Amino acid sequence: MSIGNLPFVVAALLVAFGIYTFLFKRNLIKLVIGVSLVETGVNLFLVTLGYRTAGVAPIYTFAPEAQRMVLPTPQALTLTSIVIGLATTALLLSFAVFIHRHYGSLDVRKVKELQG
Amino acid sequence: MTALTNHAPVLLIAIPLLGAFAVPLIGKLGRGARDSFVGLIALITAAVAGLLAASVFGRAGAPGLYVLGGHQGFAFPLPSGMSVPIRIILEVDGMSAFMALITALVTLTASFFSFSYWKERSGGTMFYALLMLLTAGIFGMELTGDMFNFFVFLEITSIAACGLIGFRVWLRNSQEAGFKVMALYTLSGLFVLLAVGLLYGQYGGLNIAYLASALTGSTIDIVALGLLLTGLALKAGAVPLHMWAPDAYGEAPAPMSAVLVANSQASLYGLFRILFTLFGVTISVAALGWILIALALLTIFVGVTMALIQNDIKRLIAYSAVSQIGYMLLGVGVGLAVSVAKPDFGFVAMQGGIFHMLNDAACIGLLFLASGVIIRATGTRDLNKMGGLAHSMKWTSVLFIIGAFALAGVPPFNGFASKFLIYEAAFKLSPFLAVVAVLSSILLLAVFVKVFQAAFLGAKPEGLQSEVPMGMMVPMVALALVVIVFGLFPGFFVDKIVTPAANALWYGRDAYMSLVLGGG
Repeated sequence: MSIGNLPFVVAALLVAFGIYTFLFKRNLIKLVIGVSLVETGVNLFLVTLGYRTAGVAPIYTFAPEAQRMVLPTPQALTLTSIVIGLATTALLLSFAVFIHRHYGSLDVRKVKELQG
Repeated sequence: MTALTNHAPVLLIAIPLLGAFAVPLIGKLGRGARDSFVGLIALITAAVAGLLAASVFGRAGAPGLYVLGGHQGFAFPLPSGMSVPIRIILEVDGMSAFMALITALVTLTASFFSFSYWKERSGGTMFYALLMLLTAGIFGMELTGDMFNFFVFLEITSIAACGLIGFRVWLRNSQEAGFKVMALYTLSGLFVLLAVGLLYGQYGGLNIAYLASALTGSTIDIVALGLLLTGLALKAGAVPLHMWAPDAYGEAPAPMSAVLVANSQASLYGLFRILFTLFGVTISVAALGWILIALALLTIFVGVTMALIQNDIKRLIAYSAVSQIGYMLLGVGVGLAVSVAKPDFGFVAMQGGIFHMLNDAACIGLLFLASGVIIRATGTRDLNKMGGLAHSMKWTSVLFIIGAFALAGVPPFNGFASKFLIYEAAFKLSPFLAVVAVLSSILLLAVFVKVFQAAFLGAKPEGLQSEVPMGMMVPMVALALVVIVFGLFPGFFVDKIVTPAANALWYGRDAYMSLVLGGG
């Protein structure tokens, strides 16, 4: 059974939910979750780009004859992107921890001394 | 020497990167060892950038290719004999070398200013490590010839820059700024990554030269361009996506604000590279040029008017820095709008926009460093609480005037040289553009008259920490010399370095592609 374009639809939905969360939620942790959702959507999109129906892993040694392989490059891109995502999420969350320590709140309406 | 010149592109990324990870270890040996190490790395990096620029401008800005680990050129022969044209490449043309010069100038002066700055505070080792990481990332963005590597370096600069804004966790506002900037930088990076994915999905390549030759201008290409434009305009701080910029520039330590401006300019470089080299004539450039011009006018106007109402000296300079991004966009936007017909004034506009990047880096850098000195002396950032600094800080006030006049485009300083090119060319396209640009420059002068009056004039205050350490003075004087020399001899510099850079964008697309793909 082929899954068709379903992964692309899911990726688009993830990005859309992520951007919605980022724009309309007021808790800093939820903003981080929004950014993280966009990231997941983009990663899913990249992996899906390289997928070929019924493809095998792209390893040439001992590969079965006449088999399709999935593309290796998008997988490498996704791995890099996941590592970068880990760093950015960790940095964002540590900022949130320190903001909570200083302001006693994670509400964006209370954390807004920098304006104008 | 030739080996050094040949390997200059990768050394520019490798030296600061190694330095970044070595600094925390060497910092254990004490402040003297750390500072000498940082100074050494900064000097070597600047020297290599100078060598690279000398070799690129020596061949009049023609692009050069550096293949990582590539003795046999671009093709990569496998043991089986099959040759795969996939390599990690750096491609350096006039524009890249020009940007590398700007980055080297800013990071060198910021590093040397920092030695005195961190003598009085804690946190220096972290600062230097992140500063070098940021330097490596900026050089990477400017020199890479690959879209995905561009994204990776973009993320390195994002993380390092936000680390630099927020590493002083005991300051509450720096945490707020750090969170805000990091969230927006991440989003901008993801937009770029999504666009890279869209391009890869269609053409199966990540190499800028290869993508440029394969692009057809399909709807998906336009979507990718829209994502890249949004992402990079956000990271460059163009209005209406500028809300992070005053927080970032304002809350970062003073020497860091100058480097953050260089970071924004690197994103702007990425935008120009994508518009001219990657997409070029495959899309309707006139419409895009007008979008850029609209962004530019908004950025100039909003930046200047917001600067006018600030009472915090660093936020005020930050908003002026935002407005200067608009002038660069205006110059290049005018060039892009007419780049099909290629009239002379279009090239002049490009020269103006590109020259202004260098001039802005020098004079806004000088102003940020001077603001660091002012805040150090008065202990406040509020303009209403300052006054009378000119009594005891004569040299700082002179340097501040030089920076402010240059930024506002008053002759004979460098800001005038580049802004004049922009005014002239924008006027040929539409007088309205030039009017907005000139009026905003005059408003900017008013902004700095206000700062000067508030901070330097007035009665001599009590208990002022007056002496400025030599280590802070020298970098400021160096930047002021750049401002004056570029203002007095603009013709020489426009000929030698700005024209090759503008050429690389304006005419260089085919040369850029054929260098990698061969033939052409």
